[in-house]
Amino acid sequence: MTQMTFARAINSGLRKSLEHDPKVILMGEDIGTLGGVFRVTDGLQKDFGMHRVVDTPLAESGIMGTAVGLAYRGYRPVVEIQFDGFIYPAFDQIVCQVAKLHYRTQGHVKMPITIRVPFGGGIGSPEHHSESPEAYFTHTSGLRVVSPSSPQDAYTMIQQAISCDDPVLYFEPKRRYHDKGDVDETLDLGSALPLEKARVITEGRDVTLVAYGPLVKTARDAAIAAADEGVSIEVIDLRSLAPVDYAAVEASVRKTGRLVITHEAGQSGGVGAEVAASITERCFYYLEAAPVRVTGFDVPYPYSKLEMHHLPSLDRILDGVDRALGRPNSLSGLEG
Amino acid sequence: MLTDEVGQGGTPASGPGNNAGHRGGASQNLVQLITPQGERVSHPEYDPWVRDISDEQLGSLYEDMVVIRRIDTEATALQRQGELALWPPLLGQEASQIGSARTLREDDFVFSSYRDNGVAYCRGVDLTDIVRVWRGNASSGWDPYTVNLAVPQIIIGSQTLHATGYAMGIQNDGADSVAVAYFGDGATSEGDVNEAMVFAASFQAPVVFFCQNNHWAISEPVRLQSHIQIADRPAGFGIPSMRVDGNDVLAVMAATRVALDRARRGGGPTFIEAVTYRMGPHTTADDPTRYRDANELEDWAAKDPIRRVKALLERKGLMTEEFEAAVQRKADAVAREMRAGCIGMPEPEPLDIFKHVYSTPNSWLDRQQDHYSRYLASFGDHAGADSEEGGYSRYVASFGDPAGADSEEGAR
Repeated sequence: MTQMTFARAINSGLRKSLEHDPKVILMGEDIGTLGGVFRVTDGLQKDFGMHRVVDTPLAESGIMGTAVGLAYRGYRPVVEIQFDGFIYPAFDQIVCQVAKLHYRTQGHVKMPITIRVPFGGGIGSPEHHSESPEAYFTHTSGLRVVSPSSPQDAYTMIQQAISCDDPVLYFEPKRRYHDKGDVDETLDLGSALPLEKARVITEGRDVTLVAYGPLVKTARDAAIAAADEGVSIEVIDLRSLAPVDYAAVEASVRKTGRLVITHEAGQSGGVGAEVAASITERCFYYLEAAPVRVTGFDVPYPYSKLEMHHLPSLDRILDGVDRALGRPNSLSGLEG
Repeated sequence: MLTDEVGQGGTPASGPGNNAGHRGGASQNLVQLITPQGERVSHPEYDPWVRDISDEQLGSLYEDMVVIRRIDTEATALQRQGELALWPPLLGQEASQIGSARTLREDDFVFSSYRDNGVAYCRGVDLTDIVRVWRGNASSGWDPYTVNLAVPQIIIGSQTLHATGYAMGIQNDGADSVAVAYFGDGATSEGDVNEAMVFAASFQAPVVFFCQNNHWAISEPVRLQSHIQIADRPAGFGIPSMRVDGNDVLAVMAATRVALDRARRGGGPTFIEAVTYRMGPHTTADDPTRYRDANELEDWAAKDPIRRVKALLERKGLMTEEFEAAVQRKADAVAREMRAGCIGMPEPEPLDIFKHVYSTPNSWLDRQQDHYSRYLASFGDHAGADSEEGGYSRYVASFGDPAGADSEEGAR
């Protein structure tokens, strides 16, 4: 076990993949000499050369489109999108090409592309630097979408994503980059939890609280706080947003009868909506109350002095837990 | 990629088409080796590149052009007969496609667009596979790795980036093959094409940008896409370019050889503007009489790519009755084979829609497939029937028979 930051854990995972497979190639803006604006790729170009760790022109569609060509040639490109809000120029290549080529070629051409996206808010950034665009991609068939929440998962999941033959969007919670945790760098990928499996972070009896990425820590803190009040929350780290490990969520909800989902992204058409609908379909008769979503608002990401109102906080999550439990909460007395 | 000279600026090789320093203003002359009247005209820079083309090879290029025009005509007929859902004719662009594609090596890799079916023919794509997509029987016709031709692109210009990325891979592998992107004049307005040129120039990737300027992007004339000649644009990216008569199979061949040679020798990308004309509609669903003048079509018909090679062969005394009949027999045989393959294509199975979305099992999709197969199975013997009246008729029948709507028995 080694103590390291979240960012360093991804760096270490990338290094492992570069060592393990000569076809792995990193591409992105400022990822070479600079080591990335968050230093996630620090030192990799120096050690693997500019043929393997490629500083690209500032054109996200260009990066993604050339990654498609490299994948056609048998490479495994790992693309860094510098910030969440910069992914949109690449949207067409991701949705029309990366996601569909395996299907369109009837399985002849694989697109083992990993798209790393630092996402989410909480770091006081200017606009376009704090967004949570994951639902655009969970809605797109052909893609896998994951988000790690701990240094250990960051380390293993980046390697699993790279070795996966399907394209994977890998959303990195940028406000957790500096959080430290123990990482077992000897962990064998084969024995690690599979990429599409959720993980129960905290076991509980009363409410199932589903989170991913940056809010897993907040959710765990909420569970600790609630325990003081005698409320037992089961926290599930979704890890994979597409596909969602419904078996895990379902098993928990069958036990607790109550479901709260939280994410930074806006509510409409979000991952929470899909989880709420699917769990309702799958285990309606086990639910004691309607599922509750505690999410960012359906607003453009606000300027930094107001972002803490937008981001689900420990208190707001617990308010949602109270709603699920039918305890007094901020909406008590309101209908609908 | 991936050279240590990245960022040092391109250093294009010398030779024809090296106009990287060209600053616009004075437009490039059109390279032509065969006039519309079939006269072989000499061009000191380009002649050497086709000097080896024998009379026999010229005849073979003629045959190829006749054959792909026949493929095109047959496919259009199949669409009119309801056997294809749609077809994008290449009529008029035969010299551009044959002259370039016949110049490629087997290990070169092509990224084409939907209209480049003549290119597909040259790459060795099975005739049935050419029409598979257009019949609606598959989302692509062939395994790209067996013919080194990607599945044709419908998103305009997207493939130029794929070709550039593939070329970066070639460079990384130390190979001397080339990636070739086919696209049209409309595509040059797309960001992707411009980004592809930025990447190709910065990394000096071995890619050829082959632009068929056929003058029309559905109803939009080329002057809407570019205020200057298309071939004058690449200079701004530091990419040498050539502007060739796209209806002249020899000129196209010469230009393509120049570009391929430069790429193989590490000289980086080249842009070719093949000036041609889309003599047919955009697709069989289009009506060009709504937006273009009949006179324009007549003018271009006089520059027909096939007729001028025929005239040249006649001048050389090679257009014998015997030769012409042999070419016609070949074209007819190809058309017959394609028609038979098209009509005889097996129908896809309903659950095929779930295949190949992912290359690894996916819990969401597996569940949807399971549910849909149960749904299909709920029709019992009727499941799998696919005629319009029959099929999954529980609801279809009830629409036509309100009385039966309440009765499962009646509806079936």
